[in-house]
Amino acid sequence: MKHFDVIVVGGGHAGTEAAHGSARMGAETALVTLRRDAIGVMSCNPAIGGLGKGHLVREIDALDGVMGRAADFAGIQFRLLNRRKGPAVQGPRTQADRKLYREAMQKLTDDQPHLTVIEGEVADLIVTEGKVSGVILADGSQLAAGGIVLTTGTFLNGVIHIGDRQKPGGRIGDQPSVALAARLRDLSLPLGRLKTGTPPRLDGKTIRWDILDSQPGDDDPEMFSFLHDKPFVRQVSCGITHTNEQTHDIIRENLNRSAMYGGHISGVGPRYCPSIEDKVVRFADKNAHQVFLEPEGLDDDTIYPNGVSTSLPEDVQERYIRSIRGLENVRILQPGYAIEYDFVDPRALKPTLELRDLPGLYLAGQINGTTGYEEAAAQGLVAGLNAALCVQSRDPMIFSRTSSYIGVMIDDLVTRGVSEPYRMFTSRAEFRLSLRADNADQRLTGVGLALGCVGEERRRSFSDKMERLSAGKDLLASIVLTPKEAALRGLRVNQDGAKRSAYSLLSFPDIDFSQLAAVIPELGAMDPKIGEQLARDALYAHYIIRQENDIAALKRDEDWVIPDDFDYSALSGLSNELKLKLGRARPQTLAQAGRIDGMTPAALALILARLRQGRRAAIA
Amino acid sequence: METIFALATARGKAGVAVIRISGALAWEAAGRLAGRLPEPRVAGLRHLRLDGETLDEAVVICFAEGASFTGEEVAELHLHGAMATVTAVLRALSGMEGLRLAEPGEFTRRALENGRLDLAQVEGLSDLIESETESQRKQALAVLSGAVGTMVEGWRAKLVRAAALLEATIDFVDEDVPVDVTPEVIELIDDLRRDLRWEMDRSGAAERIREGFEVAIVGRPNAGKSTLLNMLAGREAAITSEIAGTTRDVIEVRMDLGGLAVTLLDTAGLRETADVVEAIGVERAVQRAQGADLRIFLLDDADVPMIAPKPDDLIVFGKADLRSVDGFAISGKTGEGLDRLIAEVTAILANRAAGAGVMSRERHRAALSRAFDALDSARNEVLRGTERAELAAESLRQALRALEALVGHVDVEHLLDEIFASFCIGK
Ligand SMILES: Cc1cc2nc3c(=O)[nH]c(=O)nc-3n(C[C@H](O)[C@H](O)[C@H](O)COP(=O)(O)OP(=O)(O)OC[C@H]3O[C@@H](n4cnc5c(N)ncnc54)[C@H](O)[C@@H]3O)c2cc1C
Repeated sequence: MKHFDVIVVGGGHAGTEAAHGSARMGAETALVTLRRDAIGVMSCNPAIGGLGKGHLVREIDALDGVMGRAADFAGIQFRLLNRRKGPAVQGPRTQADRKLYREAMQKLTDDQPHLTVIEGEVADLIVTEGKVSGVILADGSQLAAGGIVLTTGTFLNGVIHIGDRQKPGGRIGDQPSVALAARLRDLSLPLGRLKTGTPPRLDGKTIRWDILDSQPGDDDPEMFSFLHDKPFVRQVSCGITHTNEQTHDIIRENLNRSAMYGGHISGVGPRYCPSIEDKVVRFADKNAHQVFLEPEGLDDDTIYPNGVSTSLPEDVQERYIRSIRGLENVRILQPGYAIEYDFVDPRALKPTLELRDLPGLYLAGQINGTTGYEEAAAQGLVAGLNAALCVQSRDPMIFSRTSSYIGVMIDDLVTRGVSEPYRMFTSRAEFRLSLRADNADQRLTGVGLALGCVGEERRRSFSDKMERLSAGKDLLASIVLTPKEAALRGLRVNQDGAKRSAYSLLSFPDIDFSQLAAVIPELGAMDPKIGEQLARDALYAHYIIRQENDIAALKRDEDWVIPDDFDYSALSGLSNELKLKLGRARPQTLAQAGRIDGMTPAALALILARLRQGRRAAIA
Repeated sequence: METIFALATARGKAGVAVIRISGALAWEAAGRLAGRLPEPRVAGLRHLRLDGETLDEAVVICFAEGASFTGEEVAELHLHGAMATVTAVLRALSGMEGLRLAEPGEFTRRALENGRLDLAQVEGLSDLIESETESQRKQALAVLSGAVGTMVEGWRAKLVRAAALLEATIDFVDEDVPVDVTPEVIELIDDLRRDLRWEMDRSGAAERIREGFEVAIVGRPNAGKSTLLNMLAGREAAITSEIAGTTRDVIEVRMDLGGLAVTLLDTAGLRETADVVEAIGVERAVQRAQGADLRIFLLDDADVPMIAPKPDDLIVFGKADLRSVDGFAISGKTGEGLDRLIAEVTAILANRAAGAGVMSRERHRAALSRAFDALDSARNEVLRGTERAELAAESLRQALRALEALVGHVDVEHLLDEIFASFCIGK
C-alpha cells in the first residue's frame, strides 16, 4: 500500500487548492481525481471573482495559493466591480478562458513539488480505530495517509435534470460518485440535498453581435495575484441583451415541464442564482431580464448566456432563447440543466474543516453546502493546510472573522450551517471596512510566512512592499499642514485651525493621492501604487478605530476554546433549553457560543467559569 | 477593552448607591467628576461636578489594576441614594468618550476573565448566574412583550429594509437592482429618526413611572412647608419610606399618589442671605427644586424669591387658618385644601404618565440615542452619493447593533432575506 501524508480526493477547485496548500507545507500529497485532464474545469460560468468572491481569491493568493495566479493567466476581461464605490466593497472579477484556465492549473500542479496526481475513483474510506487512515479506489487499490481531504463537489449522488428527464451525473459528461456517497451515509454523517442549475451554451457564430450592446473590460485592469500587474492574453468584451414578454410567455406556458416546477427536484436552490423560471414566476411584473453573453475562450466560439439558467426541456429552451434579441437564429451547443446532489451539514465540522466525529477526514467545497469556485477553493486551502499541520503534529490554523473573509465563511458554515447553497457576499463580513481585497496580503501573507506555506518569490515581493508601505506612511505622517497651508495648495478642508498630517488628509473623501502628490513636492518620489494603497488605509482609519473594540472583544472570545467533550449537562444554572442547544451545536469557542440563538451573557459567563477552571487544573 | 460602568447596588429606595467604573479609563473618568482622587484603597470625600454643576457629595474609592473586583482599574462612587442623583451621575459617565454602560453580568465576566475569582467562588457562581439568567429572561420577555415588542419590531423591519436596499446596491451591482435607492432609504431613515426621537422624549416619563416623580415644595422660610409635608405624609397611608435627604437641606418622603410613586421634597427656605453656610443650602434647594418634575409654591405674604414657576406648577397660599386670601388656599393645621392639592398633583402627574413611553431604563435610552446618532451619520453619507454607500451601510449596521440591545440579535441573513425577496438577483 502506498503511503502519503495527505490525500486529497477530487480535482475541482477545492481539491486543487487543498492539494497545493498541503504540498506547499512540505507534506507528501496525493491528489486523486476521476480525470487528470479535468483539473481546473469550471463546471458553470467562465468567470472568477466578483464581490466577496474576489476578496476570497485575493486571500488565497496572499497565502500563495493557485487560484488567483491561474485566473490572471486565463483572464480575458478584467473588471473591478464597484469601482466607483469605496475600496472596501470593490471586488476584482475576470472572464476566464476555460482552456487557458485548465492549462494554467494543470501546469501549476505539475510544477508543484511534493504533489502527485493519481487518476481514479475513490470508492471507500479506510477507518481504523475511529480514525480515517486511507482510501480504497474503485479498482481495489489502497492508499494510506494521515489526513484525507474530501472535495467531491456536486458528484455525491448527483442527478442531472433536463425537463422531465433525469440521469445520474456529477456534472454534464461525468459519472456521479455513488459508492462514496453510500459510504458517507453508512458513517451516519448528517446529509442533505441541494440543487443548482446552469444555462444552455450557445454557438457564438450564430449570434447577431452587430445589433447588441457590449461591455468591455476595464482600461486599467486589476489582477488577482499580488505578484502580477497586467493581463497575459488578449482582452475581449461581453455582449448584453434582454429577455422580453414573449420569452416570459413561452416560459410561463411550459412551467409544468420544468424539472423544478414539475416537482422532480426536492433539493433547495440558491436564491441569488435563480433559474429563469424562478425569475419569471417570482418577479412577474418585470418585463425584461438582463442577459450577459460571455465568451468561454479566445479561440472558442462557445458563449455562456449569464442570467438564464434553466431546467426546461430542450425544445422549450430553444424556443425561449430564440425569442431573445440577437439570438433569433442561435444554435444551442449544450442544453441547460439542473443538478441535485448530497451535501454534508457543515455544523459537523471543526473550523479546521475536519469532521468532529471522524478524525483525519476533512471536507471542503460544494460538499459542505457552498456554491462557487472561490468559496470551494478557499475551503480547500483551509482543509489542505490543516491536514498538513495535523500530520506534522503542529497547531491548527484557525481563520478568524476579524481578519479574513475566509474566516467569516468558515465560521458561518460551522456555526450556523446552510439552508441554501452558501455564497460569499461582502455584507456577510461585519468588519468589511478593514477586510479589503486590496489589503489581503497585509492581513495574511505574514501569517502564511509563519506557517510556511508562502514561497520565496512572494516572500521577497511582500517584504519589499511592506517596507515601502511603512516608509511611505512615516513620510505622510511627518508632513503636517495647517488648514491655511492646505487651502493654499487647493485642498478643501475645514478652516478650523486643526493641523493635519498628509496621512489624515487622505481620509478626506475628495482628496486622493495623486492630488496630494501634485501639491506636496516631498511626495513626488513615492511610488503612486504605494501612495494609493496608503490612501485606501487612511480612508477608513476613523471607522476602523471605532471597530477595534468590537474586534478585540470578539478575538478574546475566540481565544476561549471549548473542548469537544465539554459537558453542558453538568453546568448547574444553565436552562435545559440552552443545555440542549449547546450540546447539539457544540461550539468550538466562546465566540461561537455567543452566536447561538437564545444565549444570555450570564450563560456565557458560566461557560467561561468552567473553562477557566479547566485551564487552571491543566496548569496545576 | 472598553471601560464600563453601572449602578452596583439595587436601584431606588436606598440610603447609599454605589456606581462602579471598571476599565482603563476608570480613574480618569472618576477624576473628571471628583477632581483629585484619593490614594487607592483609601476612601475620600469629594464633590462630584460636571461642567461646574455639583452633582453630589460622594465617597470615592479607587482600586488599582490587579487589586480590584474585576482585576482592572476600578473606581467606586458612593452616592447618596436619591434616584435623581444616581441618574445624573450615570448620565455624566455615559457622555464620556470610551465609556459605556455595562451589560448584565459584565463585571463578573471581567472578573472571571482576569482570574479574580477563585475556584470556590467560580463554583458558587452558578446560583448567581441562575438568578441572573432568570431575571434577564423575564426582563427581556417584558420588554419584548406587547407594545414594546411591536414597536421595536417595526423599527427593526424598517432598519433592515434600509440596510438591505443599500447592501443590494453594493453586493449586486452587476444585477438589475433599481439604481437609485436613495429616496426610499432616506424616507426610512427619517421615519426612524422621528420614531426614535419621539420615544426618547417619552422615555423620561417612563422612567419616572418606574422610579417615581419628584415633587418639590418651595417657599420662604417659615411658609409652612414642613407642616404641609407632614400633613401630606400623615394623610397618606401609603407612605413607603422616609429617608434622610441627600443633603441636610432637603427632606425626602416617598409616597404613593393614585398609583404613582412620588417623592416629595421639602427644600430649605428660600431667601437671599449673607450667611455663607445658609447660602450653600439655599443654592442646593434651588437646584433640586428646579430639577424636580413639579413644584408646589407655598406663598405667605410675599413672593418666593430666586425661582420662577414653570407651566403646570401649583401656586397655593398657606396658613389659610390665619387669614383669608383669593386663590387656592390651604392650611397645614386644619387640613383645609389638602384634598384638592392632592387631587391636582395626582391629576397633573397622571396626565404626564399617560404620555409616557415604554423605554424606561437608562440602558434603553442609551441604546435609542446610539441608534439615533448612527442614523444621523447614515443619512449624511447616503446624501453624499452612492460612492459612500459602504460608509452609510456601516452606520446603519451600528444603528442595528444599538437596537440589538433591545431586540436581541439581528442577523445578516435578515438583510439577505429582504434583498432576495425584493429584487430579482441572479444574472
Ligand atoms: C450545473 C452546475 C451549475 C452551477 N452553477 C453555479 C452557479 O450558478 N454559480 C456558482 O457560483 N457556482 C455554480 N456551480 C458550482 C461550482 O461549479 C462549484 O461550486 C465548484 O466547482 C465547486 O468546487 P468543488 O471543488 O467543491 O467541486 P467540483 O468543482 O465539482 O469538483 C469535484 C471534483 O471531484 C472529482 N470527484 C468526484 N467524485 C470523486 C471520486 N469519488 N473520486 C475521485 N474524484 C472524484 C470530480 O472529478 C471533480 O474533479 C455550478 C455547478 C454545476 C455542476
